[in-house]
Amino acid sequence: MQLEKFSYDNKIVKMFAYATILWGIVGFIVGLLAALQLVFPAMNFNMAETSYGRVRPLHTNAAIFAFVGNGIFMGVYYSLQRLCKARMWSDGLSKFHFWGWQTIIVAAAVTLLAGFTQGKEYAELEWPIDIAIAVVWVVFGINMMMTIIKRRESHLYVAIWFYIATWVTVAMLHIVNSGAIPLHFMKSYSIYAGMQDALVQWWYGHNAVAFFLTTPYLGLMYYFLPKAANRPIYSYRLSIIHFWALIFIYIWAGPHHLLYTSLPDWAQSLGVVFSIMLIFPSWGGMINGLFTLRGAWDKVREDPVLKFMVVAVTAYGMATFEGPMLSLKNVNAISHYTDWTVAHVHIGTLGWNGFLTFGVLYWIIPKIFQTKMFSTKLMNAHFWIGTLGILFYAIPLYWAGWTQSIMWKTFTADGILQYNFLETVTHILPMYALRAFGGFLYLIGALIMVYNIIKTVQQGSLLDNEDAEAAPRPAMAAIDEKYKGAHWHRWIERRPIQLLVLSLVLVSIGGLVQIVPAFLVKSNVPTIESVQPYTPLELHGRDIYIKDGCYNCHSQMIRPFRDEVARYGDYSKAGEFVYDHPFQWGSKRTGPDLHRVGGKYPDSWHYYHMIDPQSMAPGSIMPAYPWYVTKEINVDLTPRMIRVMQRLGVPYPEGYEDQAIDDLMEQANAIAANLKEQTGEEVLPTSEMVAIIAYLQRLGTDVRKEAPRAAQEEETE
Amino acid sequence: MKFINHLETITGISIFPFLALMIFFLFFAGVIIYAFALRGETVDELKNLPLENHKDETDAEII
Repeated sequence: MQLEKFSYDNKIVKMFAYATILWGIVGFIVGLLAALQLVFPAMNFNMAETSYGRVRPLHTNAAIFAFVGNGIFMGVYYSLQRLCKARMWSDGLSKFHFWGWQTIIVAAAVTLLAGFTQGKEYAELEWPIDIAIAVVWVVFGINMMMTIIKRRESHLYVAIWFYIATWVTVAMLHIVNSGAIPLHFMKSYSIYAGMQDALVQWWYGHNAVAFFLTTPYLGLMYYFLPKAANRPIYSYRLSIIHFWALIFIYIWAGPHHLLYTSLPDWAQSLGVVFSIMLIFPSWGGMINGLFTLRGAWDKVREDPVLKFMVVAVTAYGMATFEGPMLSLKNVNAISHYTDWTVAHVHIGTLGWNGFLTFGVLYWIIPKIFQTKMFSTKLMNAHFWIGTLGILFYAIPLYWAGWTQSIMWKTFTADGILQYNFLETVTHILPMYALRAFGGFLYLIGALIMVYNIIKTVQQGSLLDNEDAEAAPRPAMAAIDEKYKGAHWHRWIERRPIQLLVLSLVLVSIGGLVQIVPAFLVKSNVPTIESVQPYTPLELHGRDIYIKDGCYNCHSQMIRPFRDEVARYGDYSKAGEFVYDHPFQWGSKRTGPDLHRVGGKYPDSWHYYHMIDPQSMAPGSIMPAYPWYVTKEINVDLTPRMIRVMQRLGVPYPEGYEDQAIDDLMEQANAIAANLKEQTGEEVLPTSEMVAIIAYLQRLGTDVRKEAPRAAQEEETE
Repeated sequence: MKFINHLETITGISIFPFLALMIFFLFFAGVIIYAFALRGETVDELKNLPLENHKDETDAEII
């Protein structure tokens, strides 16, 4: 039998490894900045670009798509070549993928800080970048699938299944959730509105966790953990069950991000049921990882790579037990909107993604540089400082989340709320400070790694093209003949395209069952006649609200709980959000809910509060927005905004775009006059200040109005 | 781009959670049955794929 000679491309692995490290450090630093801003509001630096509402999306996007994204590609490009016994199909596509992804990251960083955002969490990037992501992702997919098709090993190891499922599902999620109509080059409005937008967004958001932070990393675990331990995975049977069950169930769990909201009850229940079931496949994966080390725990004591991996897999197990628990409605009633959720996701990202990435980096770098790590001591130092960092990060936030939630819900003996919102914030600031310290430790650990890896690279030399040889893959018919009578699954294990299609079918089911009825069935969004489209000025105000990322700290969704109704007003109904492109329900209350803030305070209160929040609410940690006074909205854009809204189905009368600017100016002049009267200040009617006040004063007020006469008559008939 | 509500309501919506559970259960049961029906040596061969000392004898012998 003739062995074929070929080589593995290690250069592309090195490039992605460097990118992982670089963006990891950037993501950690930006995260630390965001954490510090919550303790020291002065660190918002009174600039739009550095305010928390823009910094936090930059942090999440950098951590997820830049750090973990490059980590995925590093691991896939290393392991896929070896598992397929083939070089990546095209060096050109590999390079295009690398530089394309880095360009997207840079574009994301610049545009997010500049305020270009679609206002949907983890999907903030505007439409031109969304298209670029789709193109680069497809290129990655072609390169990966062609490598698999041209492989020399007939069987597809389980890691490859995870890579394939990841690719196809992320493509589906990204395309569906990014649906938007552009207003101009860097601004668009989601084609979905309100409850439906929320459902699609969290179907995406939850599965970004599932198929970007979890399944590709499970693929890496299935390859690199056995490699590092030098023993096969504990149970291959378990990995089969784990894979199919995980991708099938994960896709259904999105609605657990929307419990007690205006999402229809049936969708919430589906989300809860499937979230609970997720424990089993998730723990199947964790057990498979940890049991691989049975009888080899002495190695774990010696080898920092294994230490990182053990903590990673343990963190995965903890996070995937906690997730289903947080999906129970009674637990969610306490945890949601609090820092508990933030602690939970950081067990996943810092522990599972971060530590697995570090483990893989420490394993790959010496391999491709043909040397040993420069210092085992420094690796151990990184491990311990990083672990302490995770603990210092998470424990205070668990404490903060619980404390704040209980404070929100506490009534006095007389039956009134015991604490105002601000008291519940200032009370947990020491916990926020500790959390920032935890993030600082984690960053220090990563910097130690950077030094260690630089020294390692200096002492080694890169093996650009690693020689390998393997027998060519026998014809499919010959293999099928050999395994005649074997189980059907063996059949699919050798056929990547069919595996891809079956994965797509499986992950589509959950999405379709939840999303299609939510769009087609009227009873899901009971109509409220008095709810009217936003005025042109309010639309501009809403754009500012989205641009400055207010949704990062403020929800617009009052849950039907006694304390929330007492604090914020009547609970939110699905029919109130039908013109919200995109929805702005939020997921975290660092500040109070704003759904019914309209009419709660005079215009002057908002004016002073935006310029200096502490002047109206001493101790507030909200950033100041003084530039709202001087910065102007683009009035000329108004007619086009109306036309886009009409295309999205918002019922402005025909030809309204011609009247929109007049209406805008009338409302703006009225608010400016009002401000002049209340504050004595001359405020520009076209300033951002006036627009944001118009929007805030409108929020949640429609249901208080009388329904139009026609609607009332209809009802009485 | 308006999403129109085509149906007033879904009749029998309460069966959804049950159906979902059944679909999941049957699928999961099928995968488990399959996994445990696998032959031991096949499993050993598959699980050793990532390890370098693995020799691809199974495919070699049929060429």
